[in-house]
Amino acid sequence: MNLTAIKAIYRFEMARFFRTLTQSLISPVLSTSLYFVVFGTAIGSAIETVEGVSYGAFIVPGLIMLSVMTQATSNASFGIYFPKFIGTIYELLSAPVNFIEITIGYVGAAATKALFIGTIIFATAFFFVDVTVAHPVWMVAFLVMTCISFALLGFIIGIWAGNFEQLQLIPLLIITPLVFLGGSFYSVSMLPPVWQTITMFNPVVYLISGFRWAFFDTADVPVGLSLAAISLFMAACLAAIWWIFRTGWRIRQ
Amino acid sequence: MPAIVSVRNLRKTYDTGFEALKSINLEIEQGEILALLGPNGAGKTTLISAICGITVPTSGTVSVGGFDTLLEYRQARSLIGLVPQEINLEPFETVRATVAFSRGLFGKPRDDARVMAILKSLSLDDKANARVKELSGGMKRRVLIAKALAHDPRVLFLDEPSAGVDVELRRDMWRVVADLKATGVTIILTTHYIEEAEAIADRVGVIAKGQILLVQDKAEMMAQMGKKQLRVALTRPATAIPAALAHYHLTLEDEGRTLVHTYDARQERTGIRTLLNDLDAAGLQMADLQTQQSSLEDIFVGLVKDDA
Repeated sequence: MNLTAIKAIYRFEMARFFRTLTQSLISPVLSTSLYFVVFGTAIGSAIETVEGVSYGAFIVPGLIMLSVMTQATSNASFGIYFPKFIGTIYELLSAPVNFIEITIGYVGAAATKALFIGTIIFATAFFFVDVTVAHPVWMVAFLVMTCISFALLGFIIGIWAGNFEQLQLIPLLIITPLVFLGGSFYSVSMLPPVWQTITMFNPVVYLISGFRWAFFDTADVPVGLSLAAISLFMAACLAAIWWIFRTGWRIRQ
Repeated sequence: MPAIVSVRNLRKTYDTGFEALKSINLEIEQGEILALLGPNGAGKTTLISAICGITVPTSGTVSVGGFDTLLEYRQARSLIGLVPQEINLEPFETVRATVAFSRGLFGKPRDDARVMAILKSLSLDDKANARVKELSGGMKRRVLIAKALAHDPRVLFLDEPSAGVDVELRRDMWRVVADLKATGVTIILTTHYIEEAEAIADRVGVIAKGQILLVQDKAEMMAQMGKKQLRVALTRPATAIPAALAHYHLTLEDEGRTLVHTYDARQERTGIRTLLNDLDAAGLQMADLQTQQSSLEDIFVGLVKDDA
């Protein structure tokens, strides 16, 4: 294992994040604050409580997940797409590194950034509502696993993308809708029965449900199922990356 | 001297069916500077890419420092530095960080002093903290070289180092290459500037249409190039060379209308003056005179044409 190389990639990617620290942080904090104002205050005054939790607090896990998933995906996809776009990928391909090391470097950095932003949003939420965490260890575990698995997904998108439009396409067309319809702002039990069934096909439901369980000890689906879902998702991404590097798809001619 | 890079039966056929390399065999000796000369699209970059791991060869093997580039890619690639043809650099990072990244990527522990020394050798030390995008084109090219040297490679590939570079920078580049050679680094450069091959190479390889047509010592090539011909057009065709001129290297062409004298232009005494006097004495009358020198370009064009 070329640990020095992993460290070099990780450091270089993190430098990109810190170079644009203000942008990286202001935008998620601002959008989260807006969500709290609109959903928490305006709608929250009409709903009051969901499953015994005040609506303002209820949406905190979903909001964190929303940002973490989109940030992890976009950071990782950009991280590997940019070297392809500007041509610096030649160096990765000619370096004494294997795909595991490249993946750990890029995905690790993207996951760290997402984790960073998730933490900031969590801190921001404290300014608006009282949040308690029932299972702190599980909360961290779910958060970290989500960061990593969505960074893996982003990494695949970045390798697949042939231009900047495609880079935006999947996060915009698939991830955002899935997260919005995945129970970020409501409990699945609030939906009509037909939609409850349809929702169960949305993988994000399992992640948000598990994360919310870690906060409030209530869940839409059993927590074991949530864990299985996120593990399955991660395994699928890893398998895809393994295949990509084995065949050189979109990377090596 | 042992071969540090050994290419055997290397082929590369792209998915489109284009045969970029047709069974390349090449041995590169340790410490030499080899110039790969060839027209655009000859396969120079593909050859380098296949050696460095950027493209996967269709068949054949490459070893660097005795390590197979596919099976023992870690050891093999650690020995190689690559300077690509295009200026591929992260624009927002500083020069120092970009070079340090390359060093780390190749598995060498962080060494700020070494990175600075490399920058200094390329006259980049005062730009260490500048962002890459602020640099001129020539400076960026130096950064590419610094990155390739960051892990102290034993073999350096320079893909078209002089493409789009002004004369001054080209001379700087040649100086850097000479300095590297002095430290024992083997250098392979591709170029389509013949002067460049002449100026710095020990050996010259000619590549066209995916094949190596010739690999020759530069001095031998220069000797061929040094040959000059004096062509004398005669007013009346001669049937044979007069006995009085037998000691010259003369041949008759164009049914006796042209007398050709081949000589070495690099010698002080070319013998032209006495030849002309002797021609006169032998009764041959000159209508016209012409001299011709074969250049590396002629050899090169001849080879490439023969192949077509």
